[in-house]
Amino acid sequence: MDILRRNNVVVTGNPEGRAVVLAHGFGCDQNMWRLTVPALVPEYRVVLFDYVGSGRSDPSAFDESRYSSLGGYADDVVEVCDALDLDDAVFVGHSVSAMIGVLAARKAPERIGALVLVAPSPCYIDDGAYHGGFSVDDIDELLSSLESNYLGWSAAMAPVIMGTPDRPELGEELTNSFCATDPAMARVFARTTFLSDSRADLATVRVPTLILESAEDVIAPRQVGAYVQAAVDGSTLVTLDSTGHCPHLSAPEATNEAITEFLVKLR
Amino acid sequence: MTERVGWEETAEEAYDSAPCGLLSTSANGTIVKVNQTLLDWLGLSGEAVVGRLRFTDLLTVGGKLYHETHFAPLLRMQGEVSGVAFELKREHAPRMPVLVSAVVRYDDHGNPVLHRITIFDAQIRRAYEEELLRERQAADLARGQAEADRSRLQDALAVLQQSLLPATIPVMPGVATAAYYHTASPDELGGDFYDVFHIDGHRWGFFLGDVCGKGPAAAAVTSVARYTLRAAAMHNPAAALGTLNAVLYERFAGGDLRYCTAVFGTLWSDLATGRVAIRFASGGHPPPLLIRADGSCEYLLSPDGTLIGILPTSQFPQTDVTLDPGDMLLLYTDGLTEARVNDQRDFYGPEALHKLASQYAGTSPDALVEALSDVLAGFGPRLADDTALLALGATGLPHNGL
Repeated sequence: MDILRRNNVVVTGNPEGRAVVLAHGFGCDQNMWRLTVPALVPEYRVVLFDYVGSGRSDPSAFDESRYSSLGGYADDVVEVCDALDLDDAVFVGHSVSAMIGVLAARKAPERIGALVLVAPSPCYIDDGAYHGGFSVDDIDELLSSLESNYLGWSAAMAPVIMGTPDRPELGEELTNSFCATDPAMARVFARTTFLSDSRADLATVRVPTLILESAEDVIAPRQVGAYVQAAVDGSTLVTLDSTGHCPHLSAPEATNEAITEFLVKLR
Repeated sequence: MTERVGWEETAEEAYDSAPCGLLSTSANGTIVKVNQTLLDWLGLSGEAVVGRLRFTDLLTVGGKLYHETHFAPLLRMQGEVSGVAFELKREHAPRMPVLVSAVVRYDDHGNPVLHRITIFDAQIRRAYEEELLRERQAADLARGQAEADRSRLQDALAVLQQSLLPATIPVMPGVATAAYYHTASPDELGGDFYDVFHIDGHRWGFFLGDVCGKGPAAAAVTSVARYTLRAAAMHNPAAALGTLNAVLYERFAGGDLRYCTAVFGTLWSDLATGRVAIRFASGGHPPPLLIRADGSCEYLLSPDGTLIGILPTSQFPQTDVTLDPGDMLLLYTDGLTEARVNDQRDFYGPEALHKLASQYAGTSPDALVEALSDVLAGFGPRLADDTALLALGATGLPHNGL
């Protein structure tokens, strides 16, 4: 199988530089990094990709059982790293991808040498003293929100969103396409994202780690950021003056500065 | 441009009383302006909302998650989003399904300063959509059930079909055989049939036929034909077909006329000479093809009998033929000769069959039938009828196929 095609892998930036892999979270695709990429390309070899089931990945590669655990997505990451033969890359993961990065770094320590966790949460659901921010009912409500927005999805749109090599002009013009996904696949990713509990995995991190959080984030509140920092040995937590779950979009300068500062220190 | 219509419309009133909810937020989401329509829907006052709440505070928890993972990133990336479904939380009223569109207002440096958001009441539309979703789920369920039913039916038909064909062809000293059977559709029982069976001593019976029509009614005739012919095999071929004619006429002539065509024969293998003596009769069936080992080929155009089962009594003239070692006799149904070879509706036809068979002269029934089945497979979906083939060959040796 062609992994680079499967995951719609795009490599840009400085071919001589250290590899930085940017991994999108649940909801949209690699376009989420459009304001981050310009800050990295002069110095770094930047790798972008879409998880299978998102963006312009190959929908025929979707396998419900594989992608029903974060480990399946981590396998995607490792396979992309293998396909590009990356060595000691920095993995930048947003939202659920932060935890996917933690798993991937454990699976392929020679491939991934540092982690940047953007708005991470190891567990979204409250559990005793742990405050994840959500109840199981809340997650069910999200799934039904997805369901009601599936009406914006139609089979006719699928080839456009998934990429039509023979008609490239279609893809770019379609509104909302960055975040449109086959409903059945989105549902699997949503369940895997919001029902996983990866708290125990945080202690396995052995690489330099930067944690970025928004000052206000409904999905990954401050308590969660503090929890992650305490659980990952020697990690650094930076709280960005931003609102919402996507600081790389809502506060791109501050986010880029924090990431590049961390990258410089790694040298 | 304004026009006097007896009432002075102002931008302010048009905003406040618009038939949709309108609000603006700062780039971080805090509500800075809201219209009266939306306040009425929410059951809140302007003071409780402006500067105090964010847009996401109006949404359910699931909606907040969807906003953070889809709506907000899209708005940042595209500068606009349209037609996203949310539910508004309301004071003292049930949640209200809405459709939300938004655009970003940028400052001179291209930084986002405002989000302008329009909210449409989608209660009726959502109820309709939910109905559609439910119907789709029901349709998915029904389709799954129908597929399961169809597969069960096909399994049952396959078993029935097998019961109408011989499980194996008996080994006859000095005679090689090969057969082929194809049903046009797995959803239908075929109307073609054949059989080869032992009568006594070195005598064997064989037949191949075609019932008019397809499906269960045709299969019932096939079943009658098969067992009648087997039971009547002690007689000569003409008498056997005569018996079948009487049985079908008696049983079906009253209302639902059912008839068939068939070739029925007996063969006697002379182990001393390697010759096989065949006597057969035909009732309205395409003529058997005799393929001599030397490459000569001829259709055995005997005086043909009538269709079997349409007249109270019918005559079925008999033909005798002797196969020398290496000779073959091919029986077939019109599924072969009337197969469409192209989209211009041309038949495969007896000439093409004659030509191909002569190329296989001196080979074996297996080789001939395999070549013909390849030809049929090449017709693909144009092969619209059932097809049966039965080839008999004198081996000149006491063991089949050697």
